[in-house]
Amino acid sequence: MATVELKFGGFGGQGVILAGIIIGKAASLYDNKDATLTQAFGPEARGSACSAQVIVSDDRILYPYVSSPDVLVAMSQDAFTRFSPEVKDDAILVVESELVDTSGVDPAKRVYGIPATRIAEELGRKMVLNIVMVGFFTAVTGVVDREAVRRSVRDSVPPSTINLNLKAFDKGYEYGRKVLAEA
Amino acid sequence: MTVDPKGVLTGHHYLDGDHACCEGALAAGCRFAAGYPITPSTEVVERISARFPMIGGVFIQMEDELASSIAVLGAAWAGKKSMTVTSGPGFSLMMEHIGLAAMTETPVVFVNVQRGGPSTGLPTLPGQADMMQARWGSHGDYEIIALCPNSPQECFDLTIEAFNLSEKYRVPVMFMMDECVGHMTERVIIPKPEELHVVDRKFTSRPPGEYLPYKVYDGWVPEMVKAGDGYRFHITGLTHNEVGYPAMNWQAQEKLVRRLIDKIRKNADEIAMYEEADTEDADVVVLSYGITSRVAMRGVEMARAQGAKVGTLRLIVVWPMPETKIREIAGKVKAIVVPEMNYGQVALEVERLAGGRTQTVLVPHGGGTVHDPEAIARAILEVSR
Amino acid sequence: MTTQVAEANTPINPVEPFLRMDRMPHIWCPGCGIGTTVNCFARALTSSGYDLDKVAIVSGIGCTGRVAGYLNLDSFHTTHGRAIPFATGLKLANPELKVVVYSGDGDLIAIGGNHLIHAARRNIDITVVCVNNMLYGMTGGQVGPATPNTAIASTAPYGAFEQPFNLPFLADSCGAVYVARWTSYHVRQMTRAMREAMAKPGFSFIEIVAPCPTLYQRRNRLGDGLDAMKYYKQRSTRKDGASTRDVDIDFQGDIVVGKFIDRERPTFLQAMNHRFTERLGSRYTPYPTGLED
Repeated sequence: MATVELKFGGFGGQGVILAGIIIGKAASLYDNKDATLTQAFGPEARGSACSAQVIVSDDRILYPYVSSPDVLVAMSQDAFTRFSPEVKDDAILVVESELVDTSGVDPAKRVYGIPATRIAEELGRKMVLNIVMVGFFTAVTGVVDREAVRRSVRDSVPPSTINLNLKAFDKGYEYGRKVLAEA
Repeated sequence: MTVDPKGVLTGHHYLDGDHACCEGALAAGCRFAAGYPITPSTEVVERISARFPMIGGVFIQMEDELASSIAVLGAAWAGKKSMTVTSGPGFSLMMEHIGLAAMTETPVVFVNVQRGGPSTGLPTLPGQADMMQARWGSHGDYEIIALCPNSPQECFDLTIEAFNLSEKYRVPVMFMMDECVGHMTERVIIPKPEELHVVDRKFTSRPPGEYLPYKVYDGWVPEMVKAGDGYRFHITGLTHNEVGYPAMNWQAQEKLVRRLIDKIRKNADEIAMYEEADTEDADVVVLSYGITSRVAMRGVEMARAQGAKVGTLRLIVVWPMPETKIREIAGKVKAIVVPEMNYGQVALEVERLAGGRTQTVLVPHGGGTVHDPEAIARAILEVSR
Repeated sequence: MTTQVAEANTPINPVEPFLRMDRMPHIWCPGCGIGTTVNCFARALTSSGYDLDKVAIVSGIGCTGRVAGYLNLDSFHTTHGRAIPFATGLKLANPELKVVVYSGDGDLIAIGGNHLIHAARRNIDITVVCVNNMLYGMTGGQVGPATPNTAIASTAPYGAFEQPFNLPFLADSCGAVYVARWTSYHVRQMTRAMREAMAKPGFSFIEIVAPCPTLYQRRNRLGDGLDAMKYYKQRSTRKDGASTRDVDIDFQGDIVVGKFIDRERPTFLQAMNHRFTERLGSRYTPYPTGLED
């Protein structure tokens, strides 16, 4: 891996930006890589489309924005519709399978889906869906080391929720391993 | 040199530029900050407001930028290192006190996280169009120092440098970030307190009665005092003599204002900070600053792939300019290419310094996003033919 | 105020040690009321017993804005309207200082009005002395925010017609803890008010109605400074505790003087310490307020 461009999209309140930060931090602090995160947000605080862009590289990152993602993580249909046309031809699409309809996607692209919201609800807190997605992303893409991401989750969430979030990460990760094995 | 370890968050962090700037200020010993909310700079003061109570600092959100920009001057004269933070529209309101700080030689740091302008412009998107305003925005003739970081790490490192320069030259220092750097998150390494270089304020050691506030005892810069120490000094924005009293005549004006300008201009080579690479046998040198310097590197790589011999000069201190260095480069290359997120500001100064010995090619961009690196590559290839 | 030079080591005026005698003569016109207020302020400082090394004075721009330059204290002559935010920074950065803002009605109420109301709201621990000469003196007598109807001013040649501010009401409604008004005729009361205001923790505000003989008196055919004193003497009524709502000044009308407001409220720094201690507990070391015993 020289450079991988990631884009995380969803609607405000889903924890999209935090998902990006966790991956960027994992790569940059715990996995001997460089990672640059930039974000785009509307003036509205909640509910609007938002996205985080993360570039992960073995080299120093110059140009800070993602132009054509290698991986798109879409947590809403809106984000998928908006961002999937930008991705590289052989991109990996990681989606919340119950919120995003991927039918009609070019078969050259690899699509991995997880019902992250339902899994989060089963864990008792719908708000950890972003961490479920992070775990799933880690398993299916292999862009950042699993232990690095776990450590990053641990120091990016409120101390009282660490266990819950690690559980969410592991659930997502296991689901990803299973999906990969079946593929 | 004393670093208060309470302000230093030693370790490896994943921070955006705004937050890193806050940490740099704390590490530099800033213990008073005043600000007014404005995108995209607000995160700096949000973090300050959370961090200051733990380390003995005072943050106050003032009623506007006029107030913020003079409250920090008041704090400086009470002996504190101080800073205010804003973006374009607020920067316009602060001009009055950049002038007062320059005239009264008050060490203070103004942070401007630049966004697209003019007027309200593009609040959430980057620009570099306040560069001339940073230099000349207040009325009258004066000099300031301006630094442009290109990463969150530099937002930390160079904020300390901004404080150091403000103390050393008793001058307002403009810390010219941009929205892209301010909202970009990367690894930021904060060293141990003992590894930091922090310049303390040079308070006079002369007793009251033997001290004049604006007499230069040594070098270019008068020694400072603070309120409450028995000096009974007077500070005014009027033209003043060595005692600090108003002096309404051309002789006092010449003496004071010339020194305010000379203390920066004549020390430009010492103040200069830049990164120079591959200029030795270059046909073209790309001169850039801030976030554009990173974008330009991609353009440089593209042009090199097509055979162009390109060097780079990245200005870290933009004002004052490294005039000697730019003249030297102008004497040996076919062109200096200047990409910047405006329609020609720093490029005008480069052109002046080049003095007709080489052509200066501006690659303008109105802001709202960064340059397309291909546009920079095209400009390089065009002139290197 | 005297402009005479003292003979060898024998001050002829007891306020001289408070003045920068090397800056005399001052710029104020004969009959101007500002010098009188400065004399009172110096006397207030004398009787207060403060360590004068710890008293700082901040002025804006204008005739009254020159006061800072004449007082033998740490003194700051700032920009137009911004004396209060400068003083805010000075006080918060070193609460042990006694900080006095001394400026005029145009400076403090018009261009600086926003700062005045917010400093009062926050209860910044400073004293504001506002010399109200009812117009802009230094620039030649333009209409101001306290010019009564229908006084003539250089930019209101047919008489002022805007509603002027009632200064004590403004300061009161914004939360000042001490509000008084006197005229330059009331030298003893003014001196006492200055002493009380400086001793009062929090934002204190004193309006001093004072004549501008050159521009206000003359242009309105009101005679000279002495005539102004006669007017102040005849038409002033002392009403301590009066509702500030009722103390408007009409053109050459009655002037209600006195101490209107004297109340207790936590200062900015006291409130800050209280909040942070409540929220952060032992993680927070209270910041000095300048009001410790």
